[in-house]
Amino acid sequence: MSHIHIENLNVWFGDGADRVDAVKNATFDVPSGASFGLVGESGSGKSTILRAMMGLAPTWSGTIQVGDFKLGKKRPKEFYKDVQMVFQDPYASLHPRHSVDQVLGETLSLHGFKDIDNRIMKLLDDVGLGPAFRFRYPHQLSGGQRQRVAIARALAPEPSVILLDEPTSALDVSVQAEVLNLLSDLREEHKLTYLMVSHNLAVVAHMCDATAVMQNGEIVEVMTVEDMRAMNPKHPYTKHLLDSSFGYNPNAAQSA
Amino acid sequence: MTPLLDVKNLRVTFPTRQGEFEAVRGVSFTLGKERLGIVGESGSGKSMTGRAILRLIRPPGRVEADKMELHGRDLLSMSEKEMQGVRGQKISMVMQDPKFSLNPVMTIADQIMEIYRFHTGAGKKAAWAKAIEMLEAVSIRDPERVMRSYPHEMSGGMGQRIMIAMMLVTEPEILIADEPTSALDVSVQTQVLSIIDRLVRERGMGLIFISHDLKLVSSFCDRVLIMYAGRVVEVCEADKLDQATHPYTRGLLGSLPDIREPKDRLEVLKRDETWRIAESVSGRT
Ligand SMILES: Nc1ncnc2c1ncn2[C@@H]1O[C@H](COP(=O)(O)OP(=O)(O)OP(=O)(O)O)[C@@H](O)[C@H]1O
Ligand SMILES: Nc1ncnc2c1ncn2[C@@H]1O[C@H](COP(=O)(O)OP(=O)(O)OP(=O)(O)O)[C@@H](O)[C@H]1O
Ligand SMILES: [Mg+2]
Ligand SMILES: [Mg+2]
Repeated sequence: MSHIHIENLNVWFGDGADRVDAVKNATFDVPSGASFGLVGESGSGKSTILRAMMGLAPTWSGTIQVGDFKLGKKRPKEFYKDVQMVFQDPYASLHPRHSVDQVLGETLSLHGFKDIDNRIMKLLDDVGLGPAFRFRYPHQLSGGQRQRVAIARALAPEPSVILLDEPTSALDVSVQAEVLNLLSDLREEHKLTYLMVSHNLAVVAHMCDATAVMQNGEIVEVMTVEDMRAMNPKHPYTKHLLDSSFGYNPNAAQSA
Repeated sequence: MTPLLDVKNLRVTFPTRQGEFEAVRGVSFTLGKERLGIVGESGSGKSMTGRAILRLIRPPGRVEADKMELHGRDLLSMSEKEMQGVRGQKISMVMQDPKFSLNPVMTIADQIMEIYRFHTGAGKKAAWAKAIEMLEAVSIRDPERVMRSYPHEMSGGMGQRIMIAMMLVTEPEILIADEPTSALDVSVQTQVLSIIDRLVRERGMGLIFISHDLKLVSSFCDRVLIMYAGRVVEVCEADKLDQATHPYTRGLLGSLPDIREPKDRLEVLKRDETWRIAESVSGRT
């Protein structure tokens, strides 16, 4: 059964000459408990799809269904507990004057949890930050440490769906491995469903059963992980992405 | 020959509740007309090393070094005014977080044009043309629209490319690029790197390239410093990174997912206390 159902989704910003059609007719399904990837060109509308799902894009049309919630302009309160998002930008998404303790504590009490102290310690431990980080402020954390705080905050309300926007692009490879293992464990333990944006195809292949490839606002192809591993793209843009995913190649720069 | 940049025994210290915290502990390296990579885990001191060179560590943080010279000129003893002439003009830095460094209430056009005009004294019209040219160079699809936009209207990767365009309009002698392509798809990343590459090869710019992406650094850079806990644990030729010997570097390489080789779990680094204690390896040539 699909847990996330997106059909003919259009999202646009502005009007007249400055209208931007950020997402055009996107359609895809994510089964319950699965992990689905979104990859593609920078500026192609990946984050916008996640933001539209969270109710953060004002103008859209089409169908967005998550679990039992068929989404319109207004969303029920439970939706905001059940669906969490980790933003692309760990700097902008943490309030500069709130300590890690405040960020997690406020989220927990907002969602009605009682044993806040224990939960904060458990969340910090879950994301590989020791108790020493509890009273730090964002400017006292490295980029990767901030993203771990953002992931802890998303886990706090015990959601069923997590939308992950480049969750590991700010992390080093060893923390990335820890976080990806953690996300895999949490998915299994809590039967979570993931929708994950990444430009790292190896990460997507590791995490996701299927992936949509986007270019210029459109989904050009949905490919299974098997096809990705076999380097078996249908669309030329997907081929181009796969070809460029093995490090810097000056010849590829000239040909594009 | 004097190198572009010569750094000896660099230390960055922050006072914290638990006492002094040394984010950078005795890092030494030189930079010539080359692409020098800095890799290492999160919190190992890569950004602080970059920021320290430009003296962008906010007090009460402190920067100390036995030597920190640009063409033989001491950076540590320069006045704040002199430093302003260095920043952007001689050494540019693309910060790790683009949106944080862009001014939220100014259009992209005004920001790029201001920098360009400040450094070259060019007129408005020339600055506009130059800004469009730079945005096109970093593969922005619709530069005219982007020029009229504000930072929050840009995608993550667009913000990153705008920062790169902005740092390159002044044609600096040294570019410190902190995770400059982490939000870019691999195809746009290739385009952006090829511009930087050209500046190094044709104009003799020196590049410090900070990145988590080991594959990228090994294919793009000439030399690599590998940092751990504020120190350099290993220095190697970039294209020989896959033969690195330090267990920490091996651990980083081993934790990468691979499209063609599926694994149930990724390997996680097991840290060793001796790595922290060992002397910093010098990257001076
Ligand atoms: N608030 C906004 N106002 C106007 N345009 C916007 C706004 N937010 C996004 N856009 C535009 O929508 C398009 C898609 O942006 P989006 O952030 O979804 O891209 P993305 O695929 O996530 O890219 P990246 O990989 O670089 O993060 C871009 O052209 C962007 O400029
Ligand atoms: N103002 C501060 N006070 C205390 N500690 C700080 C401060 N700023 C940075 N640090 C610490 O300095 C260390 C080095 O930080 P730095 O930003 O250089 O890491 P990095 O190698 O760039 O990591 P990342 O890859 O996550 O960006 C980190 O452990 C960080 O927590
Ligand atoms: Mg995005
Ligand atoms: Mg950093």
